[in-house]
Amino acid sequence: MMMYTTARTAFRTLRRNPMRAMLTTLGIVIGVGAVIAMMEIGAGASGALKKTIASMGANVLVIRPGTASSGGVSFGAGTTTTLTPEDCQAILRECPAVRNAAPMVRARTQVVYGNRNWVPNAIYGTTPAYLDVQDWSILAEGEPFNDRDVLNGNRVCILGQSLVRELFDGESAVGKEIRIKNIAFRVVGVLSPKGANMMGFDQDDVILAPWTTIKYRVTGASASTANQSASVASDSVNTLSNLYPTAQRSLYPERSAVQQANNPMPVRFANIDQIMLAANSSAEIPLAIEQISGVLRERHRIRADAPDDFNLRDMAELTRTLSTTTKLMTNLLLAVAMISLVVGGVGIMNIMLVSVTERTREIGLRMAVGARGRDILRQFLVEAVVLCLTGGAMGIVLGHGGSLLVRFLLKWPVETSPAAIATAVLVSAGVGIIFGFYPAWKASRLDPIEALRYE
Amino acid sequence: MELITLRGIEKTYQMGDIAVPVLKGISLAIRQGELVALTGSSGSGKSTLMNILGCLDRPSAGEYWLEGQEVSQLSADERALLRNRKLGFVFQSFNLLARTSAIENVAMPLSYGAEHLSEREARERAAEMLSRVGLADRLDHHPAQLSGGQQQRVAIARALINRPPVLFADEPTGNLDSKTSEEVLQMFERLHTEDHITIIMVTHDPKVAGHANRVIRMDDGVIQGDAPPAAESKPKTTAGAP
Repeated sequence: MMMYTTARTAFRTLRRNPMRAMLTTLGIVIGVGAVIAMMEIGAGASGALKKTIASMGANVLVIRPGTASSGGVSFGAGTTTTLTPEDCQAILRECPAVRNAAPMVRARTQVVYGNRNWVPNAIYGTTPAYLDVQDWSILAEGEPFNDRDVLNGNRVCILGQSLVRELFDGESAVGKEIRIKNIAFRVVGVLSPKGANMMGFDQDDVILAPWTTIKYRVTGASASTANQSASVASDSVNTLSNLYPTAQRSLYPERSAVQQANNPMPVRFANIDQIMLAANSSAEIPLAIEQISGVLRERHRIRADAPDDFNLRDMAELTRTLSTTTKLMTNLLLAVAMISLVVGGVGIMNIMLVSVTERTREIGLRMAVGARGRDILRQFLVEAVVLCLTGGAMGIVLGHGGSLLVRFLLKWPVETSPAAIATAVLVSAGVGIIFGFYPAWKASRLDPIEALRYE
Repeated sequence: MELITLRGIEKTYQMGDIAVPVLKGISLAIRQGELVALTGSSGSGKSTLMNILGCLDRPSAGEYWLEGQEVSQLSADERALLRNRKLGFVFQSFNLLARTSAIENVAMPLSYGAEHLSEREARERAAEMLSRVGLADRLDHHPAQLSGGQQQRVAIARALINRPPVLFADEPTGNLDSKTSEEVLQMFERLHTEDHITIIMVTHDPKVAGHANRVIRMDDGVIQGDAPPAAESKPKTTAGAP
């Protein structure tokens, strides 16, 4: 009740001089407004930053086949041949936490254009999904190859920037033909520059092509098995066999359709070297790992007590960087916000001090009619808090409006932050108490006689 | 009945190393219902005496009994409560709160020590006080919209809101012209005769002092004369104030 009366008196006093009250509270309005706008824009920026770091591969998971071993001798990771493109499709179909997945086969061999040659770091056979997984969809030039190219095993490729530099000397590469292991590939696109990865590996020194083309035409490592399955699958229209110039000649005469039917040979699926996947977000990585393991174990018919025949790895280092950066960003914003609030608070203190001096006679009068020191203290403190809270409320509106404006005008990402608003209210009340205390204390210590005589 | 009794009141101000005695042993008794004028040239100590009587200041030595209570040694908070309950103040420059309506000005002392009153009761009481000083039609006027005499009457209403037994007036007509001065002084006389409020006025104006029924004349920290105004009028002209 007493507090209510005091608050009402404070409101009335402030209304007596609305212009000054407005100007006084402007510091807090701007302070809180800055905090809110900063928090919201900052939250958006930190989200964008998260996305950028995610584009470095923080959401990426890699599945590689497990290790093969014979008689206690292990052959190292990736030596079994159990991973298939169908695994990749099954994961994409059955794991909701996975955004996209790309099967990959690798090759490393010489690339020739005209009188120049180069051995790129990696020649990846993959699908267009790879570009999405790596967040690399925006090409510097040309178009990516499409799913039809993958199905047909078309001889098309996308070059990394380093290759354009080495082979084309800066000329446009799109539409030209390069030869990989004596097979002509038409360049359909050029990747945007990405630079080195965290290991210092030049990520631009790469060629992307449909995995079917690389698998069956370039590496040829499993060409014979591919041929077998191909000849099984295509018994009437055998157009594929002459497409494989490097295919090993079959040692056995080709079998007729009747022979095939009488004595079918087991079909072996093409195996791939790895699958690259992107989770929906870095937070969903553990979930994605769980879902993928389930799908793969089921597809590979692994018993509950048997170990996985694949390796699933995430980019723990990048994820850690991500969380550290986000935390850093938040703390930075908080520090800036605190500074602006302190500045606003000093403004309040300044004007409250002026106000105390200016209203010395009023203070004297109030004391003469029976106000105790603590009544005066309370009055001025409440006035400061009312000022700060009013300013805080206006600052919230201003800051929120400002961040909305930024969103509409500059198209920056902005996130509304209820926590920031709650903090701003608490902090502005706190600023009122802290910076209002000294002037209020000064007012309460005035001598009524002196104060009444003050001119 | 003795409302106020002073015994050997002294007040000494310390100016660095030099002690400046302002009141040099004042003994005084004021009874309930008196209208007293406290006069004297400037520097005579009448304002200091007034501050001590008004419990705004404490004497360096001596006893001050107010309604049978020794108040000279009370703490600041206790004196604030005492001022709120038992003393009313009217100032030369009115000291009304600017940009605040008359009724709110009058109700202001109620917010200290009368928190039990509701907003409505406080307003009713303030309105009643304002109508007593003849300003019932000016409740929501701001000081700037009131004449000097009206402002001083608002101040009187404010001083009386807690129904104190004693009213102090420090040069109440100092800022008013002779006509409005007369109005205010008649108001004091009416309060004195009708409501039996003890009024103590500080003034150096012989005309104002003439309205009192007792004039106490101060000079250099001691009481020089204490008599009804008729007897006082002759030595005052010789003194040649102001």
